Amino acid sequence: MSGQPRCVQVLNGALAEIFETRDDVILLGEDLLDPYGGAFKVSEGLSDRWPERVLTTPISEASLFGVAAGMALRGRRPILEIMFGDFIALGFDQIVNGISKFREMFDDQVAVPLVVRTPMGGRRGYGPTHSQSLEKLLMGVPGIVVVATSECHDLRALLVSAVDDDRPVFLIENKLMYGRPNRRPVGGYLDELRVVETETRYPALTFSGSDFEGGAATIVTYGGMLPIVLEAATELILEHEVFCEVVALSQLLPLDLEPVVESVARTGACVTAEEGGLTGGVGAEIAARVQERSWGDLRRPVQRVAAHDGVIPAARELENQALPGVRDVIDAVAAVAGVRI
Amino acid sequence: MTLLERQYEQMLTIRRFEETLLRLFSEGKLTGTTHTYIGQEADAVGVIAHLDPERDVVFSNHRCHGHYIAFTGDLFGLLSEVMGRSTGTCGGKGGSQHLHRGNFYSNGVQGSIVPVSTGIALAEKEKGTGAVTTVFVGDGTLGQGALYECLNMASLWSLPLLVVVENNHYAQTTPRHLAVAGDIRARGAAFGIETDELDSTDVEEIHSAAQRAVDHVRTTGRPFFLVLHTYRFSPHSKGDDFRDPEEIAQRRAHDPLLVAGARLDGDVRARIDEAVERLIAETVEAAEAAPVAGA
Repeated sequence: MSGQPRCVQVLNGALAEIFETRDDVILLGEDLLDPYGGAFKVSEGLSDRWPERVLTTPISEASLFGVAAGMALRGRRPILEIMFGDFIALGFDQIVNGISKFREMFDDQVAVPLVVRTPMGGRRGYGPTHSQSLEKLLMGVPGIVVVATSECHDLRALLVSAVDDDRPVFLIENKLMYGRPNRRPVGGYLDELRVVETETRYPALTFSGSDFEGGAATIVTYGGMLPIVLEAATELILEHEVFCEVVALSQLLPLDLEPVVESVARTGACVTAEEGGLTGGVGAEIAARVQERSWGDLRRPVQRVAAHDGVIPAARELENQALPGVRDVIDAVAAVAGVRI
Repeated sequence: MTLLERQYEQMLTIRRFEETLLRLFSEGKLTGTTHTYIGQEADAVGVIAHLDPERDVVFSNHRCHGHYIAFTGDLFGLLSEVMGRSTGTCGGKGGSQHLHRGNFYSNGVQGSIVPVSTGIALAEKEKGTGAVTTVFVGDGTLGQGALYECLNMASLWSLPLLVVVENNHYAQTTPRHLAVAGDIRARGAAFGIETDELDSTDVEEIHSAAQRAVDHVRTTGRPFFLVLHTYRFSPHSKGDDFRDPEEIAQRRAHDPLLVAGARLDGDVRARIDEAVERLIAETVEAAEAAPVAGA
């Protein structure tokens, strides 16, 4: 495990590779210049090597989304780093009334090939405005692509694919993920779990502890919740002999439902797990669609695991209580699987 | 055709086009909304004469028909777009406020267009095209914070961006004194941007001021902030005019068509008038015959 590079290094290397292989890409955002190299160091070393292609900006998120859109309309491929995912709120006019709409409202005469990279997630004590998982707010914006990275996905491939994509892509990163190893499956296994990966542009990973011979439930998750869900799934196997499949999506919008439907056909139950708030969350959309598509397979209603609807407090214990943990996932599986744990 | 004759013809084309839209609305042949440019024609014609549609970029706002016509000359695409025909500039998806053709763009949210224009100017600078990007905003947009973020960035990064503020003194129904504090021109100057200001409906004066502004952007690669004080004679949209009729009448005495028309030979002017009437009538006929989008 120690041989695997940390996620931040993989993303940093992918950015360097993109700069080496494309001349139409510019990285812009706040505090990107070396020696600082961005708040989470993803752009470290880039401005030293490519000073003309790393543009450090004023604190102007409301406009920066539009600046990136304008560049994309004119044939560039900007990568916009938003320092904290919470700050996408400042850019919503540009996201809703520009970036997502230009292509269709201008009758497919234009494309907006930009990438927004931004870290979401809590568990670092940053408090209410620097800890949120706001990707659910993007789920209601047709015309954009929302991709969640995780520590088990091929992060290099996700970033390269996002830059190659002619659509606007919001690449959701995670603050805790950066410092962790990019734990890729080897030979179809991650530790003791079998893993299959879809051959789509933004793949989904499906994990099984029972060689895809069915199980008690399918847990659908993404991003920073994946390691928590994998821990819960492992505990369910080891402590309770309850086997689940875990589907780790990367493409959230348009929602990549097929691997979920396929897994639910094997397990007959579904739990969604996300770090964002419950109401109007990603899990709500997944639950609605799974119940439309897989009603005949479901033994019980879909259960959602999510953060509570409220602020994410700064104090460690309060934050832990607000955000979903291993216990919440286990309880939800027990509920849909009808087992006592 | 002399420059003045062409300017008069363009202004008249915009005027008749917009009047025709209002007529079509009253006849129930148009739905949705429109924001006519009646009274402000000299701004579009004076500024856009200095831009090259093959190279330069224009980004306009909700009141975009005058800019679109001056930049593209595409009456049929615009009218059929507004009339919801599949032959429209955007196939009927955009309607009056959301236009794109070639290097022309417009969008309907106040302040939203300035960031995008800033990005366009940045891209064109990187590509080394020499393009001037011109964004048209109104006095109402001076209330949007994104404008000031962009003035800051355009100056910091030396972007070839021309910001034209058309101050028609009303943000929809709200008079300027209830919405805009301080000096308009000083807003550009505060960011270290070259500025100019003109209170005129004389297309020749506006043409000269715009020449200096565009030349500045073209030669220095730096932004320019041009304030044009103007007036619209018609409502913001339709049926939302609460201004003093006396005030409007006073302004109409300085109608840009009267100012320019008085300098033309009578026969020449009559020929232009007739040609424009014919062009508009033909455009209406063609657009009405075009297939309805989505039908």
